[in-house]
Amino acid sequence: MSGWLVGGGGPVIPSFGHASKCLKNNGWFCTGWVHEHWGDTLQPALVQHVKLTVIAVGIGFVIAFLLALVGFRWHVFDGPIGAFSDVLYALPSIALFQLLLPVTGITTTTILIPLIAYTLFVLYRNIVAGLNGVPADVLESARGMGLTRGQTFFRVELPLAVPAIMGGLRVATVATISIATVAAFLIHYGLGAPIFDALGMPDIFRTELVAASALAILLALAADTLLALLQRALTPWNRIR
Amino acid sequence: MPTQAAELVFDEATKVYPGREGAAVDHLSLTVPAGEICVLVGPSGGGKTTALKLVNRLIPLTSGYIRIDGRQIGDYDVTELRRSIGYVIQQVGLFPHMTIEGNIGTVPRLLGWDRKRIRERTGELLELVGLDPDKDRRRFPAELSGGQRQRVGLARALAANPALMLMDEPFGAIDPIVRTRLQDEFLRLQHELRKTVVFVTHDVDEAIKVGDRIAILREGGRLAQYDTPQRILEHPEDEFVADFVGRDRALKALALRTLGELELSPAGGDDGLPRLPADTSLRDALALLIAERRAALLVVGADGSPLGIATREDLLT
Repeated sequence: MSGWLVGGGGPVIPSFGHASKCLKNNGWFCTGWVHEHWGDTLQPALVQHVKLTVIAVGIGFVIAFLLALVGFRWHVFDGPIGAFSDVLYALPSIALFQLLLPVTGITTTTILIPLIAYTLFVLYRNIVAGLNGVPADVLESARGMGLTRGQTFFRVELPLAVPAIMGGLRVATVATISIATVAAFLIHYGLGAPIFDALGMPDIFRTELVAASALAILLALAADTLLALLQRALTPWNRIR
Repeated sequence: MPTQAAELVFDEATKVYPGREGAAVDHLSLTVPAGEICVLVGPSGGGKTTALKLVNRLIPLTSGYIRIDGRQIGDYDVTELRRSIGYVIQQVGLFPHMTIEGNIGTVPRLLGWDRKRIRERTGELLELVGLDPDKDRRRFPAELSGGQRQRVGLARALAANPALMLMDEPFGAIDPIVRTRLQDEFLRLQHELRKTVVFVTHDVDEAIKVGDRIAILREGGRLAQYDTPQRILEHPEDEFVADFVGRDRALKALALRTLGELELSPAGGDDGLPRLPADTSLRDALALLIAERRAALLVVGADGSPLGIATREDLLT
């Protein structure tokens, strides 16, 4: 801002003349600014954030699912895998981002690795609990009717684990959206970027801070609602209880 | 396996669980003729359920043989064997995520039936077990009562028209009134279908009611007696069997016979005797005589015509 004042005699920067009273007073939510910078700041950050979340939860789900198959099929591995995912979850996120920086550099990989690691904990635990939660009488009748192991898994155990799996996905997604904002402390990417930009200004740019934070919250709510609807659609039988 | 009914033979069938003292099923030998209901009954620890599960190889035999229509169960592919045997358990074990139709169609789907045939079969079976083919088909198990669920369990076991049915305390978790109704309906069904059935229960009265033959197993999985209900009640082989069937076994035996089976003395006109239809059980007839303090009654046919007179002594001999 001060730069523009120094050059007062020069060509007028168009946007300067538009600076509203709200912006000058550093108001909490200046709609004019949000409108103006939706296209160049907020929307790209939101898209980046969605990308991060989808990729992290997607990869995390695939890894957690494969690990869960191992932990479910061979119970001896369940304890160690679970403990490992606990440890990953316990690592402070800022520290983990910082540790990876020299290895993977200023790339989205540096953000994704910790995000994926954090999803494993809740996804692994939920998938295994869902698969193990199938009632014994259901399994016995499946076996007695001549379902093979594979048929029992795909037709009985997996569908019945869907509520637990979807529950895990919802928690993992919301947590990922939240943790991903922190990553911008080191790498300028996602909704965390405008948040840290705003925090970095001398007086804290309130409008940008509030707008970007609100987007993160709305994104989390929207993702959770979407997954809840998906869960409902996938488990018509679960609505009756 | 033929689809009508199969003969089932236990031949020295033995199960010893590893690490456990004594056998769970000890040299069990008995033959269930095709189309009959064999009830396995006995105290807990008698190995009834183990014996049942040996048949569809949910539990592997330790030694001895089990044959279905002369073919050893070990010679079947295990999934093929299980798909050809109807299996009903106490907790029913319906698949909660599948509709009633989906549940009943489980084995037919595995056997590769086409959708139309499965649909028709489901409707047929729902009707057979007293459910509404149109309304109940699309419902989920959680929407049904316990009795309805057990009916679906029975329909599901019958789906692929098995020659042999294994039923593990099928009515055990159901309240007494519904249980009696389900037993009656099951017997009516069996009268039509004539499957070979192995039926496990711990309830002597249920065994007597349902069984064509009863196998009484004692602790350690040893067969105490294998006979018709009547023979078991009238001639228990030893103390254990007599004790197990109960002190009122004479009365239970009376319940198995009807007035029509007696040799009646000719009716000498209407002498004001109580009149009872020929299909009344001797037990009910005796109860009536005691209640009315009478010594004899008039047995009448379905149309009300007198068939003859039965005295108290006739009932008791």
